Amino acid sequence: MTPLLSVRDLRTWFDEEGRTVKAVDGVGFDVQRGETLGIVGESGSGKSVMSLSIMRLIPSPPGRIVSGQIIFDGHELLALDHDSMRRIRGRRVAMIFQDPMTSLNPFMRVAAQIEEVTRLHLRHSKADARAHAIAMLERVGIPDARRRADDYPHQFSGGMRQRVMIAIALACGPDLLIADEPTTALDVTIQAQILELIRASRAATGSAVILITHDLGIVAGMTDRVVVMYAGTVFETASTPELFARPGNPYTQGLLHSVPNPAAEPGAPLYQIPGSPPDVAHLPPGCPFAPRCSRAADVCRQQFPPFVELAPGHHSLCHFAHDVYDGRSA
Amino acid sequence: MRRFILRRLLVTLPMVLAVVSITWGLIRLAPGNFYTGEKPLPPAIERNLREKYGLDRPWYVQYGRMLGNVVQGDFGVSLRYAGTSVNSILSSAVPVSAALGGLAYLLALLIGIPAGTFAAVRQNAAPDHLSMAMAMIGLSVPSFVLGPTLVLWLALTWFVLPPARWEGFGAHLVLPTVTLSAIYVAYIARLIRAGMLEVLRSNYIRTARAKGLPEWRVLLGHAMRGGLLPVLSFSGPALAMLLTGTVVVERIFALPGLGNYFINANLNRDEPLIIGIVAFTSITILVLNLVVDVAYGLLDPRVRY
Amino acid sequence: MRTETRPTAAADEPIQGTSLWSDAWKRVRRNRAAVASLAVVAAMVAASLIGPPIIEVSTGYTYDLIPTDRALVRSFAPFRGPGGSWSALHPMGTDIAGRDLLARVLLGGRISLMVGLISTLVSLVLGTAYGATAGYLGGRADEVLMRIVDVLYAIPYMMIVIVLLAFFGSRSPLAQLVLLFVALGSVSWLTMARIVRGQVISLKNQEFVLAARANGVRPVAVIARHLVPNALGPVIVYATLTIPSVMLLEAFLSFLGLGVQAPLASWGSLAADGVQTIAVFPWQLLCPGITMAVTLLALNFLGDGLRDAFDPRGRRSP
Repeated sequence: MTPLLSVRDLRTWFDEEGRTVKAVDGVGFDVQRGETLGIVGESGSGKSVMSLSIMRLIPSPPGRIVSGQIIFDGHELLALDHDSMRRIRGRRVAMIFQDPMTSLNPFMRVAAQIEEVTRLHLRHSKADARAHAIAMLERVGIPDARRRADDYPHQFSGGMRQRVMIAIALACGPDLLIADEPTTALDVTIQAQILELIRASRAATGSAVILITHDLGIVAGMTDRVVVMYAGTVFETASTPELFARPGNPYTQGLLHSVPNPAAEPGAPLYQIPGSPPDVAHLPPGCPFAPRCSRAADVCRQQFPPFVELAPGHHSLCHFAHDVYDGRSA
Repeated sequence: MRRFILRRLLVTLPMVLAVVSITWGLIRLAPGNFYTGEKPLPPAIERNLREKYGLDRPWYVQYGRMLGNVVQGDFGVSLRYAGTSVNSILSSAVPVSAALGGLAYLLALLIGIPAGTFAAVRQNAAPDHLSMAMAMIGLSVPSFVLGPTLVLWLALTWFVLPPARWEGFGAHLVLPTVTLSAIYVAYIARLIRAGMLEVLRSNYIRTARAKGLPEWRVLLGHAMRGGLLPVLSFSGPALAMLLTGTVVVERIFALPGLGNYFINANLNRDEPLIIGIVAFTSITILVLNLVVDVAYGLLDPRVRY
Repeated sequence: MRTETRPTAAADEPIQGTSLWSDAWKRVRRNRAAVASLAVVAAMVAASLIGPPIIEVSTGYTYDLIPTDRALVRSFAPFRGPGGSWSALHPMGTDIAGRDLLARVLLGGRISLMVGLISTLVSLVLGTAYGATAGYLGGRADEVLMRIVDVLYAIPYMMIVIVLLAFFGSRSPLAQLVLLFVALGSVSWLTMARIVRGQVISLKNQEFVLAARANGVRPVAVIARHLVPNALGPVIVYATLTIPSVMLLEAFLSFLGLGVQAPLASWGSLAADGVQTIAVFPWQLLCPGITMAVTLLALNFLGDGLRDAFDPRGRRSP
């Protein structure tokens, strides 16, 4: 089956004062129709930049998409002219962002912000757009939607604002929803509600979802497949159950290990992957994770690791992928 | 909102009286009198003058009388323009200054807003550098240099426009308006540029683009509102600045406006006229500032009074 | 993508201070317009200080020397002598009394720059003292102090300044200058106070202040020794931008006859003289006018450059 979205060897670099930050450097993955793909990584791994690259929303200068392919439903997005790309944005591919407090226009009523999208892409009349906007607000769980439609964003709480953002994103029924850390800025209790909302919408419309997060718990509960990113590169991809049960990469192992264990004794030290994420403007040769990896060998520091297929649909970027996969220690 | 307006209006009168009092105090504390000339006057005449203008009463009586008059809006008769009431001078001068100041600010908005927006959208490119360079020049060339130079060039060399003096609300306003507005074009262009850059960087603009809106819609429909607010805030203090600017421009072009009358009144020590102009100007500034603040509250839904 | 995080320094404000300042200085150096402007300002200051004595020594002209030869008591164009001949004696020409315009413009520069600088200093001192106190005290006292500032903001200051100068203007040049310093200084201290207060409030709660207080340093000392140096950045920027605007105000007032009085001259009063004869002797206005415009331009560019250096976000693209 042809994937809905196919990213190949994407590179997005940023030119800053005298140095080039290679935020995304050779990323590739597929998203099937209707599937939920999780993209996991620490801050600085390049996951947000990658999602913005798919939408072609990278501010340019200083950023530029250097090379790669982004094939969405048969169209090569990087080859589209601006107008064609605009027709896809908001209509076929939609995005919700991390910070609902600042992502909505403070000077515009919420219904108007939804109407804008449908009037543009679906050519709704004023009346249709309004009816649809109110319906969307109800669908995302805004109480008393008819009355609150004319309120301004600052009159809503953080969780409510994120719901409005989801309403805007889903208004035109997109095939792909990219959710960039949609719950990071919210309370834990609200997080669950928002995630449930995303899941329900997906079930109702059959749209695919790319869920970007640093929280493995969310990944475990929501996604079908996972892509693990580090230093702008894909380190591992697998189906979700497989990744959690049988990781094939030391970095993934480290991430899994870092999740606090509620059953552990109080006072037991929390595990942290030693060291800190690298500066992607100055990467060492070899594997980017080598400085922090417990099984790093000389070959790791000298040669960039291969992208090994461990099983159908399970790949890992590591010199010792098979060892990790089979549970052999360093 | 209503209570906010009410509170501000209530404060207006005391503030005007305070300003007037300070002015009056300065005038009275200063050495000399309005009738002090080159020669000392014979004592009899001096006594008559003092009686006529009520200067023989104790100071607090004079002060009280002055305040009372101001509150009633009766500013008396000019000491210099014998027989002419201050109010009639005000009613002839205010339209001139209002036209000059208003048109100058309007012109500044009409030129400054597009220029600043253009500069922000094409940041660090030629339009940006050009606009900002011109804005810098507008900020640095004083009106008393720009005005006469324009006169020299357009009026005296090329005979395109009248050089000075007042003959009605027509061509005579052109050069003064342009001269006065120059510095405001500069301020506004820079403010808009800075404001727009800030807004264009913000997350909700990213969201607007993610919706697939064409760039002109993002600019006009989304960015403008936030980008224009700083100019609105600026309009308050700009009014106070406009005052000084009008004074100089009216002087250069010999326009019979409030500024010109004010300077003359000061040079002539014409107390009633000074007090009258100060009172009127203070009220105007306070009321206009209130209008600006209310407008801001209406335009920015996040602000609550 | 990752941003570097420097370990926050402890109560050691000299280290924090230098890294901020050397960063800013580096950025200023890279801004060519700002560097050029700094050179222009320096040149102008130097010219106004040593220019008049040099001219006096070499040609005998001072700013108020009226020639004894009647034929020379008229306005010559730049580089022109009697009969329209070329002459290097008066690079800016003369005014209608035959006085060398270059000497007058340089002296005018000296006065204008001095007034600009000292008035700004006055507003700096007033504003910093007021704002730092308000910011540090916080709470009710801060509210009250800032309310006063708000009220003062609404007053048409310039009108009162005009009345002040018209009625208290003095024959003595020194007294007049002092009056100007006070009057002009009192115009800009309000914004200065607001800026300083804002800085103090944001710095007040930072760690190194808590550390100082934990060591028992008294409030006044905290304000003076810790808060003020760190608040300095925006203050310097604002001060640099205040100088040209104060100079402009002084020029306006002198133009109206209320500021600097004869026999002294400032660029504003020279312009006033020049406007009267603009149709026939345009250089009388243009020479001081252009000199002033160039100086103000340089000061404005410099202020802009400093502002960008301390907060570079303005230049960076979105």
